[in-house]
Amino acid sequence: MSKQTILQVENLKVSFDVSSEGDMPWTKPKKLQAVNDISFTLNSGETLGIVGESGCGKSTLARAIVKMVPAEAGKVLWLGNDLLSLSNSETRQYRKQIQMIFQDPLASLNPRMNIGEIIAEPLRTHYPKTAESDVQSRVSDVMNKVGLLDNLVNRYPHEFSGGQCQRIGIARALILKPKLIICDEPVSALDVSIQAQVVNLLMDLQQEMDLALIFIAHDLSVVKHISTKIMVLYLGNMVELANSNEIYQYPRHPYTQALISAVPIPDPSIEKNKELILIEGDLPSPINPPSGCVFRTRCHKAQEICSIEKPEFIESSSSHSVACHFSD
Amino acid sequence: MSLLEVSNLKVRFETADGEVNAVNNVNFSLDEGKILAIVGESGSGKSQTVFAMTGLLDHNGYATGSVKFQGEEILNLSNKQLNKIRAEKIAMIFQDPMTSLNPYVRVSDQMTEVLVHHQGLSKSDALKQSISMLDAVRIPDASNRIRMYPHEFSGGMRQRVMIAMSLLCRPKLLIADEPTTALDVTVQAQIMQLLADLQKDFGMSIILITHDLGVVAGNSDDMLVMYGGEIMEIGKTESLYSKPTHPYTQGLMSAVPRLNDSEERLITIPGNPPNMMKPPEGCPFSPRCNYSNDKCSNVSPILSSVNKSGHYRACHVEVERIV
Repeated sequence: MSKQTILQVENLKVSFDVSSEGDMPWTKPKKLQAVNDISFTLNSGETLGIVGESGCGKSTLARAIVKMVPAEAGKVLWLGNDLLSLSNSETRQYRKQIQMIFQDPLASLNPRMNIGEIIAEPLRTHYPKTAESDVQSRVSDVMNKVGLLDNLVNRYPHEFSGGQCQRIGIARALILKPKLIICDEPVSALDVSIQAQVVNLLMDLQQEMDLALIFIAHDLSVVKHISTKIMVLYLGNMVELANSNEIYQYPRHPYTQALISAVPIPDPSIEKNKELILIEGDLPSPINPPSGCVFRTRCHKAQEICSIEKPEFIESSSSHSVACHFSD
Repeated sequence: MSLLEVSNLKVRFETADGEVNAVNNVNFSLDEGKILAIVGESGSGKSQTVFAMTGLLDHNGYATGSVKFQGEEILNLSNKQLNKIRAEKIAMIFQDPMTSLNPYVRVSDQMTEVLVHHQGLSKSDALKQSISMLDAVRIPDASNRIRMYPHEFSGGMRQRVMIAMSLLCRPKLLIADEPTTALDVTVQAQIMQLLADLQKDFGMSIILITHDLGVVAGNSDDMLVMYGGEIMEIGKTESLYSKPTHPYTQGLMSAVPRLNDSEERLITIPGNPPNMMKPPEGCPFSPRCNYSNDKCSNVSPILSSVNKSGHYRACHVEVERIV
């Protein structure tokens, strides 16, 4: 299978203006740097996993790629074209190729549309001239693909369980035959046994349709199963990017190490004797991030240089990059 | 004597669409100083089991059976008697600390209220004790932070406040209902470590309700697996993980993605959890079970002993065929 680079993100930055309570109308709003200088490439058929604690900018990054939030600077190159410089109508033709699925399966489906309408909606929007019989056959095709019976088209979302709703969301994303699906915490709301079904489904579909996936989750074990590459974010900054096996076996950034050690292992003999790298305290406020390295306030390796100089994101091998002054 | 003994507990809900059997014939006991984990998927009845024990069922629910706490029956007591037990002997923490704390009231007032009301302490003594309890749950700068409102704390800190508040009256039993589900893994690790330390310091028992098998593995002595309102398997945590004897426990264990293996495909349990309005005949797991036979879909299996160390399972299929 030839690996074509489909998405290239270069130095992407997103910031929000926030005004705090009690500010006067003329007070200049503060800047919250939600995503800071992120670059990566994604090939067809690959999965990029994005992990990090809540508030680290995972979802904002995903939304900036599809222009659901405006980017401040940087480039998003889709097959060589910079999406960020395109007008809305020009962006539209690329939207067909990038689809998204969301965390809360029920909330992302319109409760007043039946699932046939929900799944067909992207098709009707982007190809309004499609004949009704074609629409129906495409809908039943994708429903079969995601493991739903096509006689359910007239049902409404509330009649389905969480796992099934997530399948409907996946079917809706697939109907335009996209090249990339961005999955924003697609399995966090599901039970273990259902979660495994959905993860397997996504992996099968990826193989079958040569899909690229961006898979956002806070559960590292799920991300490991599905991803080719994994990016670790902390306060909007990339701290480590590596192949998925490598990052778990040889994590080099202290934050990644702590994150991995915090994942409970379902085996009492290992879990009860595990040496835990606890990170103390909470995530610092993104409005007022620490100087230098953003992780230094919770890092057990932090020294003076960390507060003065921001560590560069250095490629240590072709498949592993890390931003730390004292990486292992 | 065990601290808590639950026998034949059943919970029913009257709904507009008919009766829902949320919990069926649950039996277990908990010794002093032990941690029991109750594991199951959503709708398996794990929360309703403990809600019934503590009289917190919704108005359309009712419980039958028996729950003995320190030898005394506590199921379906009057609110007044239950309030006393819930204050002094059994405390509970919930999944979402923001919705369990009153957003309009300072943490100091919410905490001292407990002591003033239940133990008749003076306001200043209560404040002193509250601050030392916040210290115990490792909230930095407790004497100042106690004056804050709940929204001024982060999720992890709020859960610490909840834990501190539940421990004020030194309960014998702490029920933690998904205490870390809303938290990040790093904070989850902090909270679980804290609970383990407090359990030793205060010598209490804990019932830990969770769906995360990783959390169970590290933090419990015994575990109880529920499905469709019934107990599937119960026993020592170690033996359930190393040798699960029930098809559901086995399926659950293998469906969990693990960091420490490189198997790419996850093993799944086919199908969906049962609709409790129309639970399946016989064993609730039979429609999704690989081993099921005619007997399974007709006769409900009874919890029976697997070995002498307190390992029980409810399954018709012989242990040898499953392990």
